[in-house]
Amino acid sequence: MPESKSDVLQGTLDLMVLKTLESMGPMHGYGIARRIEQVSENSVSLNQGTIYPALLRLEQRAWVKAAWGTSETGRRARFYSLTRSGRKQITQQTENWERVAATMARFLAPFN
Amino acid sequence: MSWIRVLLSRCSAVFRKRQLDADLDEELRAHIELAMEEHRANGMTEQQARIAALRAVGGVTQVRESYRVQRGLPWLEEIARDIRFAFRKLLHSPGFALTAILTLAVGIGANVVVFSVLNGILLRPLNVPQPDNLVQIAGEGNRGASQSYPDYRDYQDRNRSFSGILAYKIIHVSMDIDKSLSQSWGNAASGNYFDVLGLQPALGRFFHASDEHGLASAPYIVLSYDFWQSHFAASPHLIGKVAFLNQQPLTVIGVAPKNFHGTDFFFWPDYWIPAVNAQQVTGWDDFDWRSHREFTLLGRLKPGVTQQQASQDIGAIARQMAREYPEDQGLTLTTRKPGPSGNSDDPIRKALLGMTVLALLVLLAACANLASIFAARAADRSSELAIRLAIGSSRLAVARQLLTEAILVSLVGGIVGTFFARLVLGVLSHWRPGDFPSKFLIAPDVRVYIVAIVLSIGSGIVFALLPARQVWKTDVVQAIKSNYVAAGSFRRFAMRDALLLVQVAVCTLLVTSSLVAVRGMIQRLRAPLGISTKGVTLAQVDLKMAGVPDPQARIVQKRLLDTAGAIPGVTAAATSDYAPFLGVWGWTTYSWDTTQFVPANAAFDSITYSVSPGYFQVAGTHLESGRDITPEDKPGSPTVALVNETFARRMFGTTHVLGKRFKLFDPVRLEIIGVVEDGKYMDPGENPQPAIFMAYAQGIGQYMVSGPVTVLVRSQLPPDQIAGALRRSLSQVVTTAPFSILTWSDAIDRSMMPVRTATLVLGVMGLIAAILAVTGIFGMASYSVSKRMKEQGIRMALGAQRMQVMRSTLSRPVLILIIGACAGLIGGLLAARLLAHLISFPSTSDPLLLACVALVMMMLGLIGTWIPARRALAIDPARLLREC
Repeated sequence: MPESKSDVLQGTLDLMVLKTLESMGPMHGYGIARRIEQVSENSVSLNQGTIYPALLRLEQRAWVKAAWGTSETGRRARFYSLTRSGRKQITQQTENWERVAATMARFLAPFN
Repeated sequence: MSWIRVLLSRCSAVFRKRQLDADLDEELRAHIELAMEEHRANGMTEQQARIAALRAVGGVTQVRESYRVQRGLPWLEEIARDIRFAFRKLLHSPGFALTAILTLAVGIGANVVVFSVLNGILLRPLNVPQPDNLVQIAGEGNRGASQSYPDYRDYQDRNRSFSGILAYKIIHVSMDIDKSLSQSWGNAASGNYFDVLGLQPALGRFFHASDEHGLASAPYIVLSYDFWQSHFAASPHLIGKVAFLNQQPLTVIGVAPKNFHGTDFFFWPDYWIPAVNAQQVTGWDDFDWRSHREFTLLGRLKPGVTQQQASQDIGAIARQMAREYPEDQGLTLTTRKPGPSGNSDDPIRKALLGMTVLALLVLLAACANLASIFAARAADRSSELAIRLAIGSSRLAVARQLLTEAILVSLVGGIVGTFFARLVLGVLSHWRPGDFPSKFLIAPDVRVYIVAIVLSIGSGIVFALLPARQVWKTDVVQAIKSNYVAAGSFRRFAMRDALLLVQVAVCTLLVTSSLVAVRGMIQRLRAPLGISTKGVTLAQVDLKMAGVPDPQARIVQKRLLDTAGAIPGVTAAATSDYAPFLGVWGWTTYSWDTTQFVPANAAFDSITYSVSPGYFQVAGTHLESGRDITPEDKPGSPTVALVNETFARRMFGTTHVLGKRFKLFDPVRLEIIGVVEDGKYMDPGENPQPAIFMAYAQGIGQYMVSGPVTVLVRSQLPPDQIAGALRRSLSQVVTTAPFSILTWSDAIDRSMMPVRTATLVLGVMGLIAAILAVTGIFGMASYSVSKRMKEQGIRMALGAQRMQVMRSTLSRPVLILIIGACAGLIGGLLAARLLAHLISFPSTSDPLLLACVALVMMMLGLIGTWIPARRALAIDPARLLREC
């Protein structure tokens, strides 16, 4: 089956969320969304809401786990953190991406 | 394996929906408030912060929706929603729902009944370990299912295919255990019977081949579990007691396992005795006679031997034995599955398959019916459907919703139908003709329920396809604008026509075939019987059961006759061994010059009666020529017989046969002293059969054929009174065996039970078909009329005459009715001929009957179309145009 465009995007978002959690530790949804926007320097314009289905997807696969906690401003929020299989997943997906990126780079290089 | 985890988490989410929804809402609220905090910190006003936060999230409702799709099992929830919606829809139109459900309940109920019977009789294996490698050994075709005991021993010794062959026959005896006297039916079986079947006793032990050491060497009896329970309250002390069978003592050694009911499909024996002791009990020496073919044979295939190999092996043995023994001339053998399923000529099997076809046709008619009802309903709801399509529902979703509705209806119909079927089956299971312990194990099992469900869902899908197809073709804009009129109606019209055609044809077929069959059976019930049953009461007792030795049978018979004749109110009395419709016996008949009594030389088989003087007068059988038997026809004087006309014609080609002679077996030579009219002897529908009436006093060779004696008395008194008087006086003559006393008409009624049942079933099927036809045609016609209302309105507004409109409305349905009725009539005739063949009744293609069927179907169709057409005409054209 050919991969549809949204699948690729889903995959990217998943990896971005995982990577964010890896570098920042447990975070709530809003924090993750803001962090992605900042890191990508707003070149990814995502509806912040789409982070939640993505988080649920990761949670269903047990790559992240969620728990209610309190934010730095004293607000009740759901905090997400990486699980062990989530960490393993980062390594795997990073390799995948690097391979794809390297391949694409080779294709694009001669025409530059 | 991560998909399993995902699935589990999705499943669990379905059940925690409310909690999870609340969690998500709180999480989203927290998200927005965190964002607002940040925006406020950057100097926005409250209002600006909220707007910015909401914009960044990008639509809370959409997030919620896509979150839910990710979280639960969306398709399941959609189906649940569809079902809820369908329920609401159906509750809104209870008339429609009820019609559909009942129509389907009838169709599925009929099928469940027929399939249960089929399942119980044809598909059920014998209840023994490994029934698959158990085969019956029988003659080829429908000849010679029974084998003789000496032949059986030869098969047993010579074959290389079977690990064991068992033999058994049905016997009927009086049984006396612990002073409780009863008549009961059981099996006389070879010693290895239980070992070949691989059974273990519930109590005590079985008899084995090692118990047999020649005639009368194994005086044992094994009781069936049911018999032990019902007659002896499951008492364990019964083992070791002595049971007197026809006054012969046998020791009770064991009880068979609970669910073992013997190796016949309809007959449940009460007990088993070793075949070596059967002669002692019944007085018949078929243990040594190669030409007495009384035994049913079942063989257990050796591991690795196929049924085909076994057939070849046993076939070769049969050819070998046919050369060796004169009695076995023409012997053929093969193997087949035990019971009716293995015998393709078995009438029960044929009748059942015929019934199955009929039941499926009823279901087909019901489906065609429902398809039209549903199509009409979908058309009525076209604006609703169009609106749903217009506001963005996918066609698939709408079609799925219609399908859900149809399947819901069909499942409810199926459940109702199965429920009624269970009631009918409950009655059938307890059906027990006469005192013969026949049982039909047709309680519906898992297989039946699966079939019911498959039929329900299948028919639901079939009749929902048409409306679904309609949805697919709906042009939304057209549909909303013009309330769905006739856009491209020609093709849909053709589809409707085809449905109507099928329906009319199938229903006519059903009505025709059932009417023809019912008529044939009624004729059969009215056939002349050759006896006059009015005022005749029969009292039958078995002297063998009573323990009367053969030489005294004549004396006892005489005393019975005299006692019965002396009862006040009895005008005439006579005896016979059996009487027509109450038991039957037969002998193979040979022409006078026969010397070798082998099957190849036989003339035919005759039904035989051993009667007392005066029998024909009491029975009301007309003497065509010659004389009746007199007291002078006694032992020592020349043996004489009366024959019926069929016998005379078949043996001698003429009815002037007085003084001619024939033989039964070697010492039995008979001289014909009279000819009587033909009659029916076992079944009112039978073909003319040769029959012989001999003098009871002269016996048959060495036999008295003394088992049963039937006393026939003619009297004007009420049957109850005469029955009581007979029982009182006769049971003083024979004290050791019970009498069964009934009027002759009751005996005939009993023998006609299967015919009556078949007639009833066919009649009910025909009635169902007629009802389906009327409702179906009516629904279809009103549907197509209402679809053309607007067109007709325009035509009337433009000045068309009522007659013209009427003609254009009716012409098409009438044409279809005629074609359908003709097709159905032809099909029905073929089906009736097939039925006649299957259930063996005289086939009548009575033109009057057929014309009636065609006429009735046409009338029903015309009324069905005329009423809606009138509705169309009665309406004011102006209003019609405005409304549509």
